[in-house]
Amino acid sequence: MSASATAHAGAAGAEPDLYGLVAEFDSVEALETAADAAREAGYRSMDAYTPYPVEGLDEKLGMEPTRLGWVVLAAGIAGALLGFGMQWYANVVFYPLNIGGQPLNSWPQFIIITFEMTVLLSAFTAGLYMLGRNGLPRYHHPIFSTPNFAAASRDRFFLCIEARDARFDPTAVRTFLEKHGPVRVSEVAS
Amino acid sequence: MGVRSGSVETQRAIRPGYDPAGIDDTVNAPVLVGVGRTAAWWWIGFGISLALLGLYLASVVVLVTQGVGIFGNNQPVAWAMPIINFVWWIGIGHAGTLISAALLLFRQPWRTSINRFAEAMTIFAVVCAGLYPILHLGRPWVFYWLLPYPNTYGLFPNFRSPLDWDLFAIGTYASVSVLFWFIGLIPDLATLRDQSRTRAQRILYGILCLGWTGSAKAWQRYQRAYLLLAALSFPLVLSVHSTIAMDFAVSVVPGWNNTVMPPYFVAGAVFAGFAMVLMLAIPLRKAFHLEGMITMRHLDNAAKLMLATGMIVVYGYFVELFDAYYSGLEFERFMALNRVFGADHWWAFWLLIACNLVAIQPLWLRSVRQNPWALFGISVIVSIGMWLERFVIVAITLTKDFLPSAWGGYVPTFWDWSLYAGSFGLFGTLFFLFIRLLPSIATSEMKELAHHDAHHGSDPFEEIRQDVHAKEARS
Repeated sequence: MSASATAHAGAAGAEPDLYGLVAEFDSVEALETAADAAREAGYRSMDAYTPYPVEGLDEKLGMEPTRLGWVVLAAGIAGALLGFGMQWYANVVFYPLNIGGQPLNSWPQFIIITFEMTVLLSAFTAGLYMLGRNGLPRYHHPIFSTPNFAAASRDRFFLCIEARDARFDPTAVRTFLEKHGPVRVSEVAS
Repeated sequence: MGVRSGSVETQRAIRPGYDPAGIDDTVNAPVLVGVGRTAAWWWIGFGISLALLGLYLASVVVLVTQGVGIFGNNQPVAWAMPIINFVWWIGIGHAGTLISAALLLFRQPWRTSINRFAEAMTIFAVVCAGLYPILHLGRPWVFYWLLPYPNTYGLFPNFRSPLDWDLFAIGTYASVSVLFWFIGLIPDLATLRDQSRTRAQRILYGILCLGWTGSAKAWQRYQRAYLLLAALSFPLVLSVHSTIAMDFAVSVVPGWNNTVMPPYFVAGAVFAGFAMVLMLAIPLRKAFHLEGMITMRHLDNAAKLMLATGMIVVYGYFVELFDAYYSGLEFERFMALNRVFGADHWWAFWLLIACNLVAIQPLWLRSVRQNPWALFGISVIVSIGMWLERFVIVAITLTKDFLPSAWGGYVPTFWDWSLYAGSFGLFGTLFFLFIRLLPSIATSEMKELAHHDAHHGSDPFEEIRQDVHAKEARS
């Protein structure tokens, strides 16, 4: 499928059908050098595909830091308020019950459930926000039609300069990528 | 203490020479082979586990049809085997979370090769544990009454009750552990998808990995989420066992109403958990030829943690006894004397001291910590010791509480034992399926470790350690 799609994109010579140009590297150092150079050359819409997280690669690719931490903090606060509020409401407002002469709002006994609700909400927010923002679960992605892309989860490192980049020009990008010693450079259809 | 000569291998979290492809092939080979080529030992282990699972299900059927009267529980010993086994199982689970969360936060890279199966152990142990209080309820089918849900009775559960704290603590722990484990698995499932040999494998792992591409942006969010999950799981695991200790400490029963319970229970949980980690890791590394990834260093470190937490637990025993004396309360003092010298059950206390204090002392020696056979034996003894500890705390304490006219005895019945033996079947079935269907080592993390190892040395403290060693040599 990838071969025909690439041929089609080549024949039309039109970028809209192209997802991007992908260079395959056999070492993480080569990828890092290429990523550095690509950012310096002014490319912005790009991504790298690696079998394991590479420290600092997001900065090399000019990516903004993720907001995930703040979202999780907000979820944690919401969880704490919800957890405590639920117990306070049940014991003070909804069904006041004198147990052993304790005050209705016997907050020390509410600490555990408040804490558990904080952790529950923030943990699931961390997990689901990560999946959601990464577009997962997802049935298909154009990058999967890259030749030998199965190796991206094994021992190869891919750099994709995407066609939606303002400075994208297939010939120039190909020349640029080939300078950095890739195993191969392929056109990937969208 | 510096690096001694001749112990180089023990300092490494991964044997040198592993490249990413090699890690994949070693870990994933047993997962991807066809059903017909599954190792014989797997079928034997799985078969035994299934048989025990059958016993478990039979016991549950008898329990549900006959009621909790089939157990040896009585008055005054209303909490007996079900609660002992519940605490025993959940304690085992805690080591998995500590390995994956606490050691990640403390930047201990050696955790990488044991966190996956330890987390799986956590989940399966929590399954075994969590079913006990539900089965023990008397009418297990209405356990959902513990949940705050809108109902026609116009009632909320009693949020002041430790039983409800348990529900929230264990519910959160189970669900967050599954989430943490699954998120950790996603990149490895993508690897399995890409290396699958059959259509069935491609579909199974393709669905499970959710379409993971391994893009840098995805990794950025993934790593932040993973770190936060670790940071949340660490206090969570401490809270869970503290809550379980609170079930006891909040009561007025002599021997339970004690502030030492939460920290002492947590230490006991980690102690038992590391014993279980060793009992699983030692056969697993042999069977799957993972000695290069689960190295002597892992066994050595797990043994050290077992020794340290074991000594905290023993300290807890003595604090309990001292507290009983120092409280000046007649019932507390009697409880302590009854545990240690009581005519019926003195053997349980001394056996537990033998298992949890005496048997772990050889772990001070490096040669013992690096001998898998010895470690396996000690771990089995520790597991028995930790079961006895809960037996002493739960059952023996209750036999003689306040007025002698209300005293009683406790003898477990056949169904007590069959449900307990059966829970090993439940655990074993899940664990055997796990090692057959999923990678037992986190391959993406191992690749990162191997890369780091090749370029910067395996250990962030390696340079410091070598400095100290050099200074020692000079002086």
